[in-house]
Amino acid sequence: MAQAGVVRTAAPAIATDREASVFRIRVLTVICLLVAWEGLAALGALEILYGDVIPSSWKIAVAVWGEVTAADFYRDLGITFAEHIVGFIVGSAIALALGIAMGVNPLLRKAIEPYLNAIGSTPKIIFLPILFLVFGTGIDSKMAKGALSAFFPVVFSTALGMILINPVLLRVGQSFNLNRWQTVVKIYIPAMVNPVITGLRLGMAITVIGVLVAELKFADGGLGYRLGNYYEQFRIAEMYAIILIIFALAALANMGMTRLQTYANRHQGGAGAHSLSVATN
Amino acid sequence: MTGSFRLSKSPVLVGALGVAVFLCVLEIAVETGMVMELVVPRPSDTFLAFPPVQEDMDLVGNFFVTLGMTAASTAIALSIGVPFGYFLYRNRRYGIAYEGWLAAAFAAPTVLLYPLFLVIFGRTYLTLIMMGFIPGAIPIVIQTRQGLLGVSQTLLNVGRSFNVSDREMFWKIQLPSAVPTIFTGIRIGVMYTLVNIVAIEYLIDFGGLGRIVSEMYFRFDTPGTYASIVAVILVSVFFYWGFGRIEKWLRPV
Repeated sequence: MAQAGVVRTAAPAIATDREASVFRIRVLTVICLLVAWEGLAALGALEILYGDVIPSSWKIAVAVWGEVTAADFYRDLGITFAEHIVGFIVGSAIALALGIAMGVNPLLRKAIEPYLNAIGSTPKIIFLPILFLVFGTGIDSKMAKGALSAFFPVVFSTALGMILINPVLLRVGQSFNLNRWQTVVKIYIPAMVNPVITGLRLGMAITVIGVLVAELKFADGGLGYRLGNYYEQFRIAEMYAIILIIFALAALANMGMTRLQTYANRHQGGAGAHSLSVATN
Repeated sequence: MTGSFRLSKSPVLVGALGVAVFLCVLEIAVETGMVMELVVPRPSDTFLAFPPVQEDMDLVGNFFVTLGMTAASTAIALSIGVPFGYFLYRNRRYGIAYEGWLAAAFAAPTVLLYPLFLVIFGRTYLTLIMMGFIPGAIPIVIQTRQGLLGVSQTLLNVGRSFNVSDREMFWKIQLPSAVPTIFTGIRIGVMYTLVNIVAIEYLIDFGGLGRIVSEMYFRFDTPGTYASIVAVILVSVFFYWGFGRIEKWLRPV
């Protein structure tokens, strides 16, 4: 009895000790990185190493503040956001429809899967010339690039989610004489939530990259365009600031989708995440 | 009836037929002016553009340039990724501490770092190699740690019962068991490395295949642009297929 008590109190103590240790490692790592960064920045300031390439973290913080308080920053943010959202919605909607069709029709899936895999593993940026030819170099081509980037992870996850639906569930549905609509609402949709959200989460992350890279090549607005401009003007601290802001926004979006997935998992009993293929930006 | 039955048994044939029909429709649509030739060339023109593109831009030679950059980036990613993954496996708390950071770094748009590398290294092959190395190393680190963590406890116990040293335990038990998982990391790493290198080549008009796509577009050579895009797709398929085969071969049945 006493031993059981010791075990019961020892386990949380070990867990707390481990958490504290992990926290210490993280804090130490951040401090070491900051010190190393400042060291390199100091060497740069003394013109021993890399000149202005590594600005001090203070300069970068000031540049971040300068960005978030600049009015034209929000114009560029709005452009990127619009391109991202439209591209993501259009690409995901097409991918969901095709993924469901592939899941329902094995012949269609087996017929087009090799081609989807082939294009899915290709760097999508090389399709930019085609998108520029078709949609022009304005905002439309960036939306199309976003849609192309979002399409592949969503279509793979949806198709896989359809394939992996437990056949027992379908047989139970048949034994209850569910009609097609009821089967979709009661069985397919609940079973598909988790893989589809996984695909959407990946798609959202890849769409951000796709849109920004397209803006870097040809654009007259957007965060990618802003980054490219700073590079051309050799405004290094502002470059770091924009990159940090983009990374933070991407991390926030990813965190939001992960939360959504955790919520869905909790209500699904945790069906596990699926991913089928390497889907690239 | 019999024909449709046979077709339903041959999805590969159905897929190939679908592509052939699509190309024929596109050829007719361009020929009749329904699709502008300046935007989409005839598929036959794209096919015929390969020899001139090869002659003018040396497609094969540039394929080897991109291949060389990918190989160099992967070699660096392997030489750093595998030991670092092993370190994270041996030091469990470091592994837990960095696990989330590595996943976040893998999802982060690292391709946007290229202007920084351009400033540091200039418009050189070193920029391409470094930009390929970053996305390549992360999955190798993650999968090396995962692979070593996934080694069967029974195998480790058998090793201990034979009183093997740590070194022997690693080389004779842990590494062989973890190889399939580590190779998954290498496959993902190589694909991301290739993607990043081609993307940067395209963005900065320097290097191998990506540069050709960009240059063809700037010349308004539409069939040449499409031909060079098809070449990049073929290279990606080659990598994807080849590494998929090796991974299947390494996976225990």
